[in-house]
Order: sequence, then structure tokens, then C-alpha cells
Amino acid sequence: MTTTPVRRETRSLTARQRLGRLDVKLSPYLYIAPFFIVFGIVGIFPILYTAYISLQDWDLVRNTGEYIGFEHFTWVLQDREFWIALRNTFSIFLLSSVPQILVATFIAYQLDHNLRAKTFWRMGVLLPYVVAPVAVALIFSNMFGDKYGLVNTVLNDLGLNSILWHTDVIPSHIAIATMVNFRWTGYNALILLAAMQAIPRDLYEAAAIDGASSLRRFFSVTVPQIRPTLIFVILTSTIGGLQIFDEPRMYDQTGTGGANKQWLTLTMYLYNTGWGKFDFGRAAAIAWILFLIIVAFSLINFFITRRLVADDASGGKR
Amino acid sequence: MSVSRKASLGMVAGTAAFAIALTGCGGSSSPEGSSSADGDTTGGEPVTLTVATFNDFGYTDALLQEYMDANPNVTVVQNIAATSNDARTNYFAKLGAGGLADVEAIEVDWLPEVMQYADLVEDLSSADVEGRWLDWKTEAATDPDGRLIGYGTDIGPEAICYDAAKFEAAGLPTDPAEVASLLEGDWAHYFEVGEQYQAGGGGAWFESANATYQGMINQVAAAYEDPDTGEIIATDNAEVKDLFMQVTEAAGDLSAHLPQWSDDWFAGLAQSEFATLLCPGWMLGVVQGAAPDTTTWNVADVFPGGGGNWGGSYLTVPSSGENLEEAKKLAAWLTAPEQQLKALAAAGTFPSQTDALADLDAINAAFASGDSPTKAEYFNTDSLGDIFSSRADAVSVAPFKGEFYFQVNDIIQNALTRVEDGSQDATTSWDQAVAEISALG
Repeated sequence: MTTTPVRRETRSLTARQRLGRLDVKLSPYLYIAPFFIVFGIVGIFPILYTAYISLQDWDLVRNTGEYIGFEHFTWVLQDREFWIALRNTFSIFLLSSVPQILVATFIAYQLDHNLRAKTFWRMGVLLPYVVAPVAVALIFSNMFGDKYGLVNTVLNDLGLNSILWHTDVIPSHIAIATMVNFRWTGYNALILLAAMQAIPRDLYEAAAIDGASSLRRFFSVTVPQIRPTLIFVILTSTIGGLQIFDEPRMYDQTGTGGANKQWLTLTMYLYNTGWGKFDFGRAAAIAWILFLIIVAFSLINFFITRRLVADDASGGKR
Repeated sequence: MSVSRKASLGMVAGTAAFAIALTGCGGSSSPEGSSSADGDTTGGEPVTLTVATFNDFGYTDALLQEYMDANPNVTVVQNIAATSNDARTNYFAKLGAGGLADVEAIEVDWLPEVMQYADLVEDLSSADVEGRWLDWKTEAATDPDGRLIGYGTDIGPEAICYDAAKFEAAGLPTDPAEVASLLEGDWAHYFEVGEQYQAGGGGAWFESANATYQGMINQVAAAYEDPDTGEIIATDNAEVKDLFMQVTEAAGDLSAHLPQWSDDWFAGLAQSEFATLLCPGWMLGVVQGAAPDTTTWNVADVFPGGGGNWGGSYLTVPSSGENLEEAKKLAAWLTAPEQQLKALAAAGTFPSQTDALADLDAINAAFASGDSPTKAEYFNTDSLGDIFSSRADAVSVAPFKGEFYFQVNDIIQNALTRVEDGSQDATTSWDQAVAEISALG
């Protein structure tokens, strides 16, 4: 088609037609505008305002600040507690995410079989997710008591020594990771199950006819097929794991991370600085550092993800 | 949840921006509002006053109704926060921005922080209330310019609670009067009696080094900061280090190593794991709640090293309120001796008012009222009022608590916990605390 008719059309447009054209062009943006306006108010603005406060010696009550440059950032990066919190956050993240995803994959694989009362079992694994995290933390804190906790009582009955859940670093991380796992394993299992159900059954049949064992079918059919979902699950638990707060905060009565900061996480460090010491300038600096850490981590994950997907594609071509 | 934490911080930052505008208005309009003095006559314009408290102040509906009956133009509404910490967060989030209740309760724990913003709350001093409270209670709430920023409600004079059955088994006296004379003396003596108790076959003498240290440090007039300059002196103050070393050494044998308020601590209380407990008046309810089946807890009218106070609250009137005069009147009424005695009966909040403290019969009666078993029945004595009044009289020191008091105290408490749980020895732990304190500010 030539462009002449179009040009003629434009020239002879009535006001009504112009409005109609504007409607077509603008409407989509207007429809998505509410989200971005709300996001701007509750997302972008606080982030920028936090950056502004992080450069000030801020007084929350008087709402005044004195510009001090990047002093808060250098202070935080030199603070022993910050590095301990970073160590704890990654340690708890690894202790929770790794076993969680392994177990979730295993549970999902079992649920993918033809079970009696399927819905019952599937609902069952989701149940812990429905329990409020603070309630979970209360129950588990009680179980992990140093002297009268259920776990140590059982260990003692078996003739083993008590584990000092609130004193030693790794046991405290394991206890907190247990709470996280209790809550999220079933949820991840259901997501993985959904991916597994989408795998064409003839792939399994073909593999079975070729003589692949059940184990071989799992590793050579199931795992490659659910890889994109696995990556999604890993990404979400990374972001969640780096922001872990409820469980460690509810882990003891003061909620400040232990006498030697054994289970202080970055978000707790942020909270303690803001609402414990009312030093909001410094808390804002911590918030930004945490933000940058999460962005960096997400980028790393993004590149790994692309790499894996690319591998998958080239494998398919071969 | 972690996401919402971040979000709420952002919200605070956001509201802070709007608040600048708000305080701009509030600052200019509220003095005009108070100068109209319409609150001086009862039966004036109808006003609604809000009172914000936390935990249980004992301000029952009946008590508030009494005030409304006497002042028909006033409606009183009470907001109760679940914990002192919630109230603290709310207080400082709104103190500058506006939006606090007309009468706001504060706890002595965060009084030093409120003191930094003394100009944002009303000066409550007046001839009517002069001498109403114990001197040290009033002094703590008076700023350097002589303004009284809070009316005292309750105090926590400390006595010693002890388990008579355990004392008897270890060959110690069991009668409260005899125990009082047995424990009379300084902290070293208290620890000696503990060794005596263990020599007689007893177990742990006290709950933890932390709680014991808290009792000791509350008797030091200027522990962590110089009252004149506000400088941190904790690491140079030999007294602090001495107490730290003394309590950690004693705790080696005598402590049950149960961090206060932990799950283990409550379980330990229920199972009678230790023989003595530092007992402010409000602790009676905690003991009774944790160990309802024990019948052998008693209270002795004694405290090592002289008197000691733990906890207590004040009522403040934030300057951003609209009915400042009416709010002051209500705060003065609520903290009058007669009302405080009613609050004591309702919630066990021990009075800080000298007239109420002098009325021993009324205090004894308040302890003997309420649900069965009453405190008097549970602790096997009719004279809880006498005991705690005498303990309140024994308090002579109002420890200076400045801007850094609670951060320093927190660091030292953590250091004590590290020794208690065996993860560090006393010297290493103290050195770490010194390093942490030096990094403050």
C-alpha cells in the first residue's frame, strides 16, 4: 500500500476522529498509570527520600537533618555488627534455601505420582504456609529452648548433650532456618509440582521403554523439564532469604540478635538502628546498602539464569 | 513481613516530609489554643480528651467515669498499647509530627530519650502538685531548666522474693523477718548467703547475672555518663567494671543462668529453679502468673546494698495537643494519691505518691483484693503494703540516665550474657564491651 491515502486521511481528520486516534494511542498508558502512580508514591518516592535521609544526621522527632555526606555509609561499612549481620544473613539463607529446594523437589516428585486422596496431600504440604510466621516463630522458639526446650529434652533422653541453640552461631542459624523451611518448603513444592504436571507423560513412557530407572527418569526428564520453574523458585527464595526478619526477631525475648549478635540479620540490624536507637540517617544508609546487595545478587542470578537457559537451548539443538 | 518492614520505614520517611508542614502549623496554633484558658472553669465547652497508656495502668472505665461525672463537659477516651515498646515507637514517631494523645504515658526506661525533647511537652510543675511524689521520682522527670515534664504514676521499689521451702531444705530461716535480717547488708553479703545456701545443699541462688547486675547498677548515681557533660564514662568508671567482675564471679556458682523473660526463665520459675529473685512490686504478678501452683514464695523486706527501684511510669502532656489545660487537669487528677490507690487495687501499680505510701492500710487492702488467690494469699503475708512502702523509703539514689544510657547498658547486658552462657570468659567479654562502647556516639 502506498502512503498517499494515509496522508490524505490525516489531512481530512475530523476532531472526533483525532480524539479517537488519541484514545487508541493514550489509553493503554492511562490504564496502567494507576499502578505507576501508586508505585511512585509508595515505591520510588520512599527510596529516593531514604537516599536523601541517608546523607543526613537525621532527627526523627524534630524532622530536621544536618548534611553529613557519606559518613553514615563509611560508619556502617566499618561497623563490626554490619559484617556479622551480612555473614548471618547469608548463612541462614544458605541453610534454609538449599535444603528447602532439595526437599521441595523431592516432595513434589512424590506428589506427582498417582496417590490416593491427592488433594488431601497437596493441601497438607501447604498448611504450614498458612500459619502466621510469628506464631511459627513462637512455637519453634519454645521447642529450641536451651534448658527446657523439646528438642534438647529429646536429645538428653537419647543420651546426647544439649545443643546451645541461643549461644552457638551455627545451631542458632539451623534453628531459624528450620522455621523458614517449615513455612516455605510446602509452598515451593506446590509450585514445582505444577511444573512437573506440565511435563508430557510420553517423555516418561519413552524413557521407561528405553530402560531408564526411576532415578534416571527423575534426573534426565523431570529436572531438565522443570528448570525454568526451579530458577524462579531459587530467585524468589534468594530475595526472601536476604530480607529474613520475623523468625530471627522472634527467636528470643529481646529480638536484637543475641548477646554476641549470633543471629542478627541485615534487616534486623536496619530495624534496631532505626527503631531501637532512633538513628534514622544511619538506618537509611543501611537500607540502601541492603538494597544494593539485593540488586547485585539479583543481577548475578539473572546472568546465571540466562546462562542456564542458553545451555538448555543449545542442548536441545544438538 | 520483611517487605512490609521496609515499606513501613519508607512510609515513616514519607510522613516525615508531610510532618514538616504539620509541625509548622501546630507550632503556631497551639499556644493560642491554650491561652484561651476556657479549661479553667468546669462546665465549659465540651472537650474530648484521649489518654494513651500501655500494659495495664489500672485506669478502669469506672475510674475514668468518675472524672467525667465530676467534669460533665469532659469525655475521656483511653487507648491502651500492648507493650511499653509499642508505646515508645508511637511516641517518638508522633512527638514532633503531632497526633499524640492529650495525655501520654511514658515509662522510666525511655524517659531519658523524652528528656532530649523536653521542649515538645508541657511543663507540668504547679503549686498544687508540689511535694506530691517521692523526691527522686520528681527529680528524674525534671529537666535542667527546672521544668517538670511528667507526673509520676507508679514505681518499682525492689524487695527480695524467696522460696521458703528451698530455704528450709538448705537450713536457712524461712520467716520473712528473719530472712530480712539474714540478707541485710551489701551485695557481697547477699552472695555469701548464697554460698551458705549451697553449702546446705541448695541449688541456684539467683536467676541470672543480668538481672542481678541490673539491681546493682541501679544503685550507682552516675554509672555510664557524666551528669554534667553527658559524656560516656562507663569504660573509665572503675565502679562499673568492679560490679561486672563481682557479679560474673558470683554467677559462676550461684546463677541458674536463665536470661530474664526467656522461655527458659518462665519454665525455671514454674519449676522453682532458683531460691531468690529481685522483686519490684510489679514482679509479684509475674511470679504468680508463671508459677501458679507454687505456695512457698515469700517476700522479705530487704534489698542488698540499700534500696533500689526498677521501672515505673509518668504521664506527660505533649504540647501539640489542643486542650492543654484540660489535659493537665486530667493528668493531675489521675496521678493524685486517691486515684493511684484505686489503680493499685486494679492492676498492682505501686504508688509513687507520698500520701498514698503513708496510707499503709489502704495499700495492704489493695494487695489483698482482686482475684483469688490474691497477692497477699499467694505470698503468704498481709503486710505487702508495709514491705513495699518501706522499700520505697529505702530508695535514696536516682541514677543519672542520659542519652546513651540504654545503649551502654544493653552492651554490658550482652557482655554478661556471653559470660553466663559460657561462650566467653569475663575479661574477654568485658574487653569486647569496652570496644563496643567506645564505638558509640
